[in-house]
Amino acid sequence: MDFESNELLRFSTAGSVDDGKSTLIGRLLYDSKSIFEDQYESVKTTSEKRGEEGVNLALLTDGLKAEREQGITIDVAYRYFSTPKRKFIIADTPGHIQYTRNMVTGASTANVALILIDARKGILEQTRRHAFISSLLQIPHLIICINKMDLVEYKEEVYNQIKEEFSAFSYKLDVKDVHFIPISALNGDNVVDPSEKMPWYQGGTLLYALENVHIGSDHNLIDCRFPVQYVIRPYTDEFHDYRGYAGRVAGGIYKKGDKVMLLPSGFTSKIAKIDTFDGEVEEAYSPMSVTLLLEDDYDLSRGDMIVRENNQPEVTQDIEVMVCWFSERPLQLRGKYSILHTTQDARCIIKDIRYKLDINTLHRNEEDKVIRMNDIARIQLRSTKPLFVDSYRRNRNTGSLIFVDEGTNETVGAGMII
Amino acid sequence: MSYHLNHLKELEAESIFILREVAAQFENPVLMFSGGKDSILMTHLAMKAFYPAKIPFPLLHIDTGHNFDETISYRDYLVDKIGARLIIGSVQEAIDQGLVVEEKGYNASRNYLQTTALLEALEKGKYDAALGGARRDEEKARAKERFFSHRDEFGQWDPKNQRPELWNLFNGKKQFGEHFRVFPISNWTELDVWQYLAVEEVELPSLYFAHKRKVFVRDGIHLAESPFIMRRPEEELVEMMVRCRTIGDVTCTGVWPSEATTIEDIIVEVSTARKTERGGRADDKRSETAMEDRKKKGYF
Repeated sequence: MDFESNELLRFSTAGSVDDGKSTLIGRLLYDSKSIFEDQYESVKTTSEKRGEEGVNLALLTDGLKAEREQGITIDVAYRYFSTPKRKFIIADTPGHIQYTRNMVTGASTANVALILIDARKGILEQTRRHAFISSLLQIPHLIICINKMDLVEYKEEVYNQIKEEFSAFSYKLDVKDVHFIPISALNGDNVVDPSEKMPWYQGGTLLYALENVHIGSDHNLIDCRFPVQYVIRPYTDEFHDYRGYAGRVAGGIYKKGDKVMLLPSGFTSKIAKIDTFDGEVEEAYSPMSVTLLLEDDYDLSRGDMIVRENNQPEVTQDIEVMVCWFSERPLQLRGKYSILHTTQDARCIIKDIRYKLDINTLHRNEEDKVIRMNDIARIQLRSTKPLFVDSYRRNRNTGSLIFVDEGTNETVGAGMII
Repeated sequence: MSYHLNHLKELEAESIFILREVAAQFENPVLMFSGGKDSILMTHLAMKAFYPAKIPFPLLHIDTGHNFDETISYRDYLVDKIGARLIIGSVQEAIDQGLVVEEKGYNASRNYLQTTALLEALEKGKYDAALGGARRDEEKARAKERFFSHRDEFGQWDPKNQRPELWNLFNGKKQFGEHFRVFPISNWTELDVWQYLAVEEVELPSLYFAHKRKVFVRDGIHLAESPFIMRRPEEELVEMMVRCRTIGDVTCTGVWPSEATTIEDIIVEVSTARKTERGGRADDKRSETAMEDRKKKGYF
């Protein structure tokens, strides 16, 4: 069947009510036939009831009662559509309330960040914020849509000027792959179909970009990292001595017969078999979920890691991270938190707050070190046991961790290891 | 060799990861099994996640007593085939014990009573994680749902105060007496489910395929003839070819006119469908926020 070669692409969007984000998502969904008649009718009825002009496509994504009442997006909403080439997951994040928390959440798994700029207004604080968070979260690809081109008479100068302005700012960021597309979400120019109004633009449409961005190298295929998630022991006659280490490959390519090293013990062994329900496989790579069997009878458990002898993560208790803080209670210096990292569960103490980062100017503030909700800071922590870490730049799976409040059990922060 | 998974394999890997995470993080999980395609998919994924061991948690069916016969026979067949343990939470028992009062009239449904029976069953079994087959594309309130969804001691969902979920890190920490709802197939769409079930050649209940059945129309939805639904005098029965797109309690599950007799037909039908699958669910139609209201109270 032809759908079997489809790839999955996750992208995040952020924006406020008036920059046309909802209209753009609405158009992508509508033009790819992902909005159903009953959904559309229901949104139309609600729009009419409220006396709004036209159909408010934002109501498609704003599903909660409070959101519909207040006309705002509270939380990350996930939307789905597909074309014959790819399946897309949109993490749609609100631009205002708790923006950092929501943007960071949406960005954490995204391959592509879609940034919308109103052609009349140019680069705003929010644009910088979104671009910075995308680079901090290491989203591999940025697509900058310069929207509302219809309101600036589809002028090439406006497009070029915004493009230059953005590049002047983004050279300071860690972004590798940036595309600029002039669009009008309202009229559909360069969204799904090429615009006839902008013959000066020779690049592809937004949908073309989304369908063709090369995501094959987004996963780390070099550094072998296999965090043991769960140990499978069937205890049946048929599988009496079976001891399988189940988990998701967090980096690299594992092959049957590979010599591997086990952490934290440092023992070495070989991969006897890579097992799945559908039978043995020769190779496993990120993000596959498989079960590894070793030739030797070591007793690994959850949180251990299977790596290669000549390519090991750092084994350490002292970790430097960039943290995004989510809690109303500020980050406590010397405070203790639970942390989750790969399949490890540990505790940590905050040893030092190095600086707070102003996400609009990228200024490092070493004076004010009170880290409140939506702040980003560089901190140092010490964990109760050694963690097997890589820098977040090198591997998003082994370079990320979350902080959990020990009293409330809430997730209070997200950390990227430096 | 290209080191890239197709979308179905990637969704499968994600769901298997979540299922294993539940087995690792919780002491006493349970998989909510309704007999619908999503819970069949979940059971299939759980078999894959723990192979060659058996699924390390039981299946829980909240039985309204108002089922399609085919659902129950399929359930019993599947449970027997995979050697799973089945637990039944009965709405009838909840009614008999006086925990809930049965609705009366033409639109009477036991769907709402399921929540009480579910919470009762979870408490009785001391389950700390209930796995559900809800998907974000199904309904607008579900679009805001987390993979690991925290519930307080009353089983309530607080959509405005959810834990942010980042990367592959799932926070299942909780106070004693609280529990989690976990949704491993959050990112699947209806079409993904059908494509995957086709590729994997999963056996399905006959209700999903077009068959002849006596139906009548109410509020634009086709409902199957059943001893559990009172028909108004003007609601005439007609026999036609129909199939289910979702399977729930017979009183609120609409059937769709369809000629799709194979899974390939269904994929074609779903990919060109202009109405959502829950468009036939009378339980979602009671108000604009019917799903959110039910979910807050503990519906899955």
